[in-house]
Amino acid sequence: MARERTLDSVVAHLSADLRPVRRLPAPPVRAAAWIGLMAAMAAALSVFCDLPALRDRLAAAPDMWLAVAGSTATAMLAALAAFELSVPGRSPRWALLPMPTLILWAWASGLGCLRTWGAPSPSALGPVGEAGHCLTHILMMSVPLMTVMMVMVRRACPLRPNITALVSGLAVAAASATLLNFDHPYDASATDLLAHLVAVLLVIIANQLFAWRSTAPVR
Amino acid sequence: MERESPARSTSADTTWSALMAAAQNGDRAAYERLLGDCIPHVKRVVRRTGVRPESVDDVVQDVLITVHRARATYDPARSFANWLSAIAQRRAIDHLRHRGRQDRREVWDELSYESYPDARATPDAVLDGEDRGRDMRVAVAALSPGQREAIELLAIRQRSLGEAAAETGKTKGALKVNLHRALKTLRARFDGAE
Repeated sequence: MARERTLDSVVAHLSADLRPVRRLPAPPVRAAAWIGLMAAMAAALSVFCDLPALRDRLAAAPDMWLAVAGSTATAMLAALAAFELSVPGRSPRWALLPMPTLILWAWASGLGCLRTWGAPSPSALGPVGEAGHCLTHILMMSVPLMTVMMVMVRRACPLRPNITALVSGLAVAAASATLLNFDHPYDASATDLLAHLVAVLLVIIANQLFAWRSTAPVR
Repeated sequence: MERESPARSTSADTTWSALMAAAQNGDRAAYERLLGDCIPHVKRVVRRTGVRPESVDDVVQDVLITVHRARATYDPARSFANWLSAIAQRRAIDHLRHRGRQDRREVWDELSYESYPDARATPDAVLDGEDRGRDMRVAVAALSPGQREAIELLAIRQRSLGEAAAETGKTKGALKVNLHRALKTLRARFDGAE
């Protein structure tokens, strides 16, 4: 009896606290908004970038544009998956959505790396200074993308905070890697690939560390 | 199984969707009705997930709070029951995990009760206790019949004055007087002995 009264009082309390809320837009709409931010950053970067050189570079090596297509598609699909996962009642299988493009991205980047390895020119490892530059670039790009993603996901209710954090981290890392192309004068080398990998992992781990505690149950 | 028939559950789901849509617009009466109506459904989901009966209401409370926080994420074009069940199931799993962690951290060691007996329960203390009990029985037996009756009924068997009066046919006043005198006699006897 006492228990029933407690639940009744919780219901009464929550009802008294009720304020009208604006319904969250559907996950695809929210994903589109975030992808819009990524596009705006790309547009801003293209102003300062040597576009003809970028075009030549992508045309010269098919695996380069495959890698770009892979990272762009991964960013978009992972964003959609993250927003879907943040709404209760949606299937956890959404997390698998970006996997095919993730494989394409990893495969194409790996291919570029192998090609550089086979080339007779300089060192297969590539300049370490440049790799450090990539790393910083990816991390810097990811800060605004990650902040906006976190705020947007937290507005919903991710019931599986870990997997949602993982997928949104993947979206942020893939988007940053795509944006890196505007500022990347070199071909993919093993060091570059490693730098990308480290950056992607760092972004995902950072996202995981800021897992959405606010949505955890009250204890 | 406690499953509802599909037709009934669909109509309940439609009603819940409408109530939640109204609640999103700030309709308190609709919200209160919705929360009250969905508690049995939430309890079913929580129980089915494996939460122990004594914790079900705590989890239901968590679910209601989550529903309140997440109410903006509900899309009235979709099933409310699915949305609600997802929240209930996740909160139940969170509870089970929390419980699991607690069980791993906290030790329930029955052997320790056997290995570390109560420090006050020494052989001397037990013998003293037995002696005191025997002395008390002797002292009670030495009381006058009226006083002994009052002590047995009111102090030892914990009867109320009314019950003792009905049992013995004496007035409450007489019983009170007898109890008072009996206690006084016993107190004098034990105080004198110590």
